[in-house]
Amino acid sequence: MSAAPGPATPVPVVAPAPPAGRFKAAGNALEIRDVSVYYGDVHAVKNVSLDIPTRAIVAMIGPSGCGKSTLLRSLNRMNDLVVSARVEGQVLFRGENLIGRGVDPVEVRRRIGMVFQKPNPFPKSIYDNVAFGPRINGMPGDMDEIVETSLRQAALWEEVKHRLRESALGLSGGQQQRLCIARALAVKPEILLLDEPASALDPIATAKIEELLKELQREYTIVIVTHNMQQAARVSDLTAFMYLGRLMEYNVTDDIFTNPRVRETEDYITGRFG
Amino acid sequence: MAMERHFEHQLADLQNRILTMAGLAEEQLRSSIKSFLDRDADLAHEVLESDRRIDAMENEIDEEGIHLLATQQPMARDLRLITMILKMSSDLERIGDHAVNVAESVLRLRSTPAVEPPPEINGMAEIAIEMVKDAVDAFVERDPKAAVAILRRDDVVDRYDDSVFRVLLTIMMENPRRISWGMEILLVSRNLERIADMATNIAEDVIYIVEARNVKHHAGEVVLEAGGTA
Repeated sequence: MSAAPGPATPVPVVAPAPPAGRFKAAGNALEIRDVSVYYGDVHAVKNVSLDIPTRAIVAMIGPSGCGKSTLLRSLNRMNDLVVSARVEGQVLFRGENLIGRGVDPVEVRRRIGMVFQKPNPFPKSIYDNVAFGPRINGMPGDMDEIVETSLRQAALWEEVKHRLRESALGLSGGQQQRLCIARALAVKPEILLLDEPASALDPIATAKIEELLKELQREYTIVIVTHNMQQAARVSDLTAFMYLGRLMEYNVTDDIFTNPRVRETEDYITGRFG
Repeated sequence: MAMERHFEHQLADLQNRILTMAGLAEEQLRSSIKSFLDRDADLAHEVLESDRRIDAMENEIDEEGIHLLATQQPMARDLRLITMILKMSSDLERIGDHAVNVAESVLRLRSTPAVEPPPEINGMAEIAIEMVKDAVDAFVERDPKAAVAILRRDDVVDRYDDSVFRVLLTIMMENPRRISWGMEILLVSRNLERIADMATNIAEDVIYIVEARNVKHHAGEVVLEAGGTA
């Protein structure tokens, strides 16, 4: 399929728009149109078109090197930080192309937050970690309140409310990751991107993150890259399968994991790849 | 990738077990019907004895299937296959139980006068045996069309069952001394009807394994659909 920019229409095999179902009324938070990413001569993401419905949790799965993290990073201009990277196509957010020249990447990253695989709190206090974004963005309002709200949203408040001034590095891995989510939420984004957010965590901490994502879905649109298929099956509403830089299949998660339409998807999720 | 190959072996083993169990259930069914038609008490006793093997196989298959679900977290076609094998094992076990019920009727019928049962019973028995055999074949061949054909035949068995009921009711009303006999024949008929239902379940499972379509409780629509695309 040659994915041209424009309204995404469902195509049997590679469907940029999933069956709308309950997400139809909410519209799309992001519309990815014919996005390609190059690292030098390497064409890492190939003409991907995909709609991310508002307040959906969308999982991106695929083998290592399939381009899913690269695609995720192009959604909030993180690839700008990679010297050899070049992004083509459109990522439409409220009708505006985020990849466009006139767009300020810092503003994009405030509206579209990101959490990484390894928890990366700043070597500062728990409070200062959460307050960091609002401060540099000059956000108005009571900082104590912003910090508390963000920590509550990240389901961390009860565990840290008596030690806000202690170093964030003293928290457990799972707590650090929720702190990073709180830090991302503090600047009031609309979309949250997560790149393998639980792969360095134990099963209990992982379960907490997954519960948290379900909670956050009430207010945020979430895109999560994961290698853990059970995790994708548990938390996401829609799943996109990528392979060799291409979007192979995009559908309702239940369908992807019980009845994938594309041979490559089936081979990947049943562990028969290669 | 040694682990994946091991999983393939485990899956193949699970399939072999369910096929062995299906073979046993078919054999029990045939023997019980033969013992009924021939009034063969020895054969009926054999059916009662052999049921334990089917019960044991159900436990083994359930254990292995649950083990695979827990350890492999299978997805897509593997998930469909394993979950449906678990359902098939319980349906096959019940086919075995119904065969035992028929055999028990055969033993009780020894104390009643030897009267030919209504011919519809023979027709039912034939169709029930065929349905079970075809359902297992459809599973082996992964043939959803053959499975749909089985769903259609279930209606025929149901009509036979109704017909047997009316015939026996008339006989029993006319001749109260035939009541014990009539009740046993009625039980046999009802067991055959249930066996056809079990075969239907297995056919529905096959459709789910192959096409990921749940057709349970919508059999009529499926038949229409398959008729339209065949």
